[in-house]
Amino acid sequence: MTAVEDRPVTAEIGQSRKRKEDYHLITGRTTWTDNMNLPGMVHLAILRSPMAHAKITSINTDEAKGRPGVIAVYIGQDFAETQGNLPCAFAPEGLVNPGAPSLAVGQVNHVGEAVAVVVARTKVEAQDALEGVEVEYEQLPAVLNMEEAIKDGADLVHPNTESNRSYTWAFESGAAGSGEPIEDALSNAEVTVKRRFIQQRLIPAFMEPRSTVVQPIGEGVTMWSATQIPHVLRTLLAATLGIAEQKVRVVAPDVGGGFGGKIVVTPEEVITTLVARKLNKPVKYTESRSESLMSAHHGRDQIQDITITAKKDGTVTGLDVHLLADMGAYLRLFGPSVPVLGAFMFNSIYKFAAYRFVCEGIFTNKTATDAYRGAGRPEATFAIERIMDELANELGMDPMDLRRKNWIKHEEFPFTTVAGLTYDTGNYEAATDKALALIGWDELRREQAERRERKDPIQLGLGISTFTEMCGLAPSRILGSLAFGAGGWEHASIRMLATGKVEVVTGSSAHGQGHETAFAQIVADKLGVAWEDIELIHGDTQSSPKGLDTYGSRSLAVGGIAIVKAAEKVVAKAQKIAAHLLEADEDDLEFEGGSFKVKGSPGSTIAMGEIAFATFLGHNLPDGVEPSLDSDATYDPENFSFPHGTHLCAMEVDTDTGFTKIRKYVCVDDIGTPINPLIIEGQVHGGLAQGIAQAMFEEAVYDEAGNLTTGTFVDYTLPSSSDLPSFTTARTETASTTNPLGVKGVGEAGTIASTPAVVNAVVDALRPYGVDDVQMPMTPERVWRAIHGSEKSERAGAGTTAYGGASTTTSDGEGGAL
Amino acid sequence: MISASFDYVAPTSISEAVSALASAGEDAKVMAGGQSLIPVLRLRLAYPTTVVDLGRVDELKGVRDDGDAIVIGAMTSHDDVMHDALVQQHASLIAQATATVADPQVRHRGTFGGALAHADPAGDLGAVALALDCEFVASGPSGERRIAAADFFQDYLTTALAEDEILTSIRVPKLGDGWSSHYEKFNRVAQAWSIVAVAALVKRSNGSIGEARVGLTNMAPTPLRARAVESALAGADASAEAIGTAAEHAAEGTTPSSDLSGKADYREHLARVLTKRAVLAACNV
Repeated sequence: MTAVEDRPVTAEIGQSRKRKEDYHLITGRTTWTDNMNLPGMVHLAILRSPMAHAKITSINTDEAKGRPGVIAVYIGQDFAETQGNLPCAFAPEGLVNPGAPSLAVGQVNHVGEAVAVVVARTKVEAQDALEGVEVEYEQLPAVLNMEEAIKDGADLVHPNTESNRSYTWAFESGAAGSGEPIEDALSNAEVTVKRRFIQQRLIPAFMEPRSTVVQPIGEGVTMWSATQIPHVLRTLLAATLGIAEQKVRVVAPDVGGGFGGKIVVTPEEVITTLVARKLNKPVKYTESRSESLMSAHHGRDQIQDITITAKKDGTVTGLDVHLLADMGAYLRLFGPSVPVLGAFMFNSIYKFAAYRFVCEGIFTNKTATDAYRGAGRPEATFAIERIMDELANELGMDPMDLRRKNWIKHEEFPFTTVAGLTYDTGNYEAATDKALALIGWDELRREQAERRERKDPIQLGLGISTFTEMCGLAPSRILGSLAFGAGGWEHASIRMLATGKVEVVTGSSAHGQGHETAFAQIVADKLGVAWEDIELIHGDTQSSPKGLDTYGSRSLAVGGIAIVKAAEKVVAKAQKIAAHLLEADEDDLEFEGGSFKVKGSPGSTIAMGEIAFATFLGHNLPDGVEPSLDSDATYDPENFSFPHGTHLCAMEVDTDTGFTKIRKYVCVDDIGTPINPLIIEGQVHGGLAQGIAQAMFEEAVYDEAGNLTTGTFVDYTLPSSSDLPSFTTARTETASTTNPLGVKGVGEAGTIASTPAVVNAVVDALRPYGVDDVQMPMTPERVWRAIHGSEKSERAGAGTTAYGGASTTTSDGEGGAL
Repeated sequence: MISASFDYVAPTSISEAVSALASAGEDAKVMAGGQSLIPVLRLRLAYPTTVVDLGRVDELKGVRDDGDAIVIGAMTSHDDVMHDALVQQHASLIAQATATVADPQVRHRGTFGGALAHADPAGDLGAVALALDCEFVASGPSGERRIAAADFFQDYLTTALAEDEILTSIRVPKLGDGWSSHYEKFNRVAQAWSIVAVAALVKRSNGSIGEARVGLTNMAPTPLRARAVESALAGADASAEAIGTAAEHAAEGTTPSSDLSGKADYREHLARVLTKRAVLAACNV
C-alpha cells in the first residue's frame, strides 16, 4: 500500500492518457494478419461439414483439383499421421480426451468442422473450387442435449469413448478443510432455495476474423496469426507438429479483439502450417464471418443447479453447485478448465460455512467451447447473485440487506473463503454506498412502488450485483495444483537506448487492451523517462521471446509487475554507474524524477538519460560493471487479484410487449490503483456491453439437427450503442496488497458483474406477476410469456429462442422444458 | 465469403437496363442498392449468371411532383427519401418508416424501390406502400405498366414484377388535409428487421375517425392491410378505448411465421398492441 500512498501527484500513473495505439488503428494503418502478403503466397479455403454428426464415407476431390488456379486439395487422410491432436492444457485425473484432429478423419462431430482444404493461387479460386469437392456422409444421430448425453445408452459423440462425460471435477469444503461439510449445511438448513439457471451458449464475436499466414523457413516456420497467445501457440504448435520449438516463430501483429475467442490453438493454424510445409510455400487462410461464427469456439453453455441454505435471520450457511458444462465436440486448449475457473467464485463475497462444487464436462455435437470474456467467473457470479435475490425473496428480506448481512466486512480482510482463496483486500461497503447514491436508489424504489400501485403497463425493476472475481491469472503453483499444463508468470525486459529512449519488451501481447499506453505510463514513473520516449515491443516470439500472453485480466496485475521489477533492476544498475560518475557513495544517492541526486548536495545530479548514454559509451564505468543497464524480470504472483464492485440496474419493462429498456446503469468498480482511468473506462464500457448482451440479446442457437441457426449477425443479435444506455461508472480505490502497484485486473469485470444485475432487475420488476426467473437472453417474447403465461413453469423458463433444450426450473421442482 | 462469378452490366438508362435484363436470360438478377443481394451472393445462396446494376441509371433517382401524386424514383436512396421535402409534405409516413430502416450506412446505399422489389415481409416499406395505396411503375420489353400496391406483393420475396421487368418508380397519391400517420416498429435491437410493425394512416373528422388505413409488417409472407381494424375504426371515436377495441382485430387474416424473434401467437399479440399504439399516435391521442 505504501507504494500507492507515496505516489507523486504529477506521476504518469493515474493519468488518462489517450492511447498510443489508436492513431494507427483508426487511420487504417494497421497490420492485420490478413494484410500480410508474401511473395509466392498461396491461399486456402476450407470445406466445412454441413452435418453435426456423420461418418465420411467418401471424398472425391478430382473435380476440384481441375479447377482454375487450384494447386492442391487435401483431406484428413492426407494429414492423419502428421496433424496430431489440438492441445488441451487442462488434464485433471480421469479426464477423457478423445483427441481433436484439425482436419476430420473419417468422421465429423459438429457442423463447421474442417473436412477438406483447397489450396489455390488466389483466395477466390480456392473458394470457388470448394464446390468441386464431393463428400458423402452417413448420418449419425446428433447428440445435442447434455442431460440426454450422459444417460445410459446415449448415442456417443466419439466412437473411442465409453460415455459423453469428459470429466467430473469436484470440490467440497469439508473434505478440503476450508469449511464445514456441505451435508451438514443441507441437513440443518432452516431455509433452502434451489434454482436451475441456464448459461446460454455465446459467441465471442471478435471484430477481426481469424487469419493465419505461415511461411516455411528451412526446418521451421514463421506464423503470423490473429491470436491472443503467440508464446503459448509457439510452444504448442511445435509440440503438436513435432517441429523443434526454436525453429518456430509466431507473430501476433495487430489483433482485432479476442475476448477469449483467440486463446486456443486452432485447427486452421495447424492446417495452414501443414499445407505450407507440404508445399514449401507461404500460405494464407482468413476465415469469413460465417465460418467464424460456426467454427471458432463458443463460450458459456452451462446448466447450473444451485442450492443455497440459510438461517431464518438471513445468515447464509451453505452453497451447493452442480454444473453440466457443454464442451462441444472437442476439448480445446482451456475448454474443460473454463467452468473450473468458476469453482472458487460461486461463494463470491459471502461468508458461507460450507460449499460444494461439482462440474461435469459433457461432449455434444456442437462447436467446441472455451474461454469467453470472464471464463467461468461470469457463470459463477450470475448464479450467486441470482440465488441471493431468490433467497431474499424467500426470506422476505431486502436483497441488499441480505448481501450486507453476509458479505466480508472491510475490517475482516485479508479473508480466506470457504473455497480456500485468500482475498487480500476489499471494501464492499464503500462501493455499494457510492453506487446506491449515484443511481438514486430510494427514489427509484418509490417510483417502483407507485408504478405497481397504479398498475402502470411500464413496470420498473431494480437489480443488484455485488460481485468479486479472481483475476490476474495466475500464481503458477495454483495453476499446477489445478492440473493446468502451464504456469502463470509473466516476463518483461527493459532496454535503455543510447539516446535515453526506452524499449520495453513484454510477453503480454495485447489485442486491443492498451498495453502500449499503460505500460509506458508505469515505466515513465519508475525510470523517470518521458512517456513519449517509451516503446513497447510485444507479440513476436523473436523480439519478445518469453511470455504467457493475454487473458484472464492478467496483463497489468502480472505483466505490469514484471515490468516494475525489471525497471527496479535498471535503476539498481544505474545507481552504481551514477555513483561512479558523481563520485559519491552509492548509499548517498537517491533516485527521484528520473535523476540520481547526492543527498544533501543539491547541485550534484545525473539524469537517467545521461547514465544511459555514458553506459552506451562505456568509457568511464566502475570496475567490474558491465556496460549495460538492460534488465529483465519474470514475475510470478503469489495470489490472484480480486477486483470487486457494485453494479445496479434500473430496468423498465413494457408488460404489454415484454420489451425491456435499461433506464439507468450504475457501476462502482474497485480495481485498486488506477493506471489509466480512460482505458479503465473503455474496458468497463465494453465489458458491460458484453455482459448486458448475455442477459438481453445474445444466444447461439442450434436446431434439432445440430445446425447453427444463428449463423450470421442477422440472427446472432449483438447490441450496438443505440441499444444500450449511457453508463454511469465510478470507482473506489482499495489497493491490492498482493502487488507493488496495488492494481487489480479490469478487463473482465464489467462482463462478470453486469449480467445478473440486469436479470435481477427484470425479475424484480415482475415479482408482482409471480415471476421468479426469466431465461437468458431475456427476449421480449420470453419476458412477455413470463408475465402472461398460464403455468408457472411456462412463465419461469419457456424456451423461445432455442426451442427445446434445457430450461430453468423453480425451487418447487416444476420443469420448464418444452 | 466471396460470391460465385457472374457477368456484370451497368446500364445508364431505363431502356438500356430493360434490354440488358432481357438479353441476360432467366438467371439474371437486378441490383439496386445491393443491401440484400450482396449478402445473398456472398453467402452463395444465389448464383445469378448476370447482375444488372441500376446504380448508374440517373433517371431512376429522385422525387418529383406529378399533380395528385408524388413520384419516387426506384433508385432513390432511403436517406434521400426520408429527407425529401415532397415526401415529408405529402407522405410523411414514408419518411417515418424509412428512418427506422437498418442504420445510416444501409440507408445511404439501400434504395426505396430496391427494398420494395425485394419484398421481404420484415421490410418496413411494403406495409407503408399498401397503406398509402401506392402504384408501382414497371418497365419491360413491352413497355410501361402500373401495378396497384394491393396487387404488387404476391408471396414471400415475390412480387408482380415479371422476370424481364424493372421497377422504375412508385407513385404515392398525395393525401389531402386531415390525414396523419405513424409507423410503430418493434424489434430487439435498433438495426434489426421488424419483428412486427404497423403503419397507420388516419383521417380525422369532427373528433372521430373518418377513415383509417393500417398496414402490417411481417405478419404474413407479404405485407398486408388490417382490413378488419380499418372497418372498426371508420367512424369510431378517436379515443383510447375505441381505438383499443378496433385494434383487437389486428391479427385477423394474418399468418405470421414462428422464428427466433417470436412465435406466431406472440406476433399476433404484438400486432394488436402495436396497432393500438400506432393509431393512437397517428391520432395524437
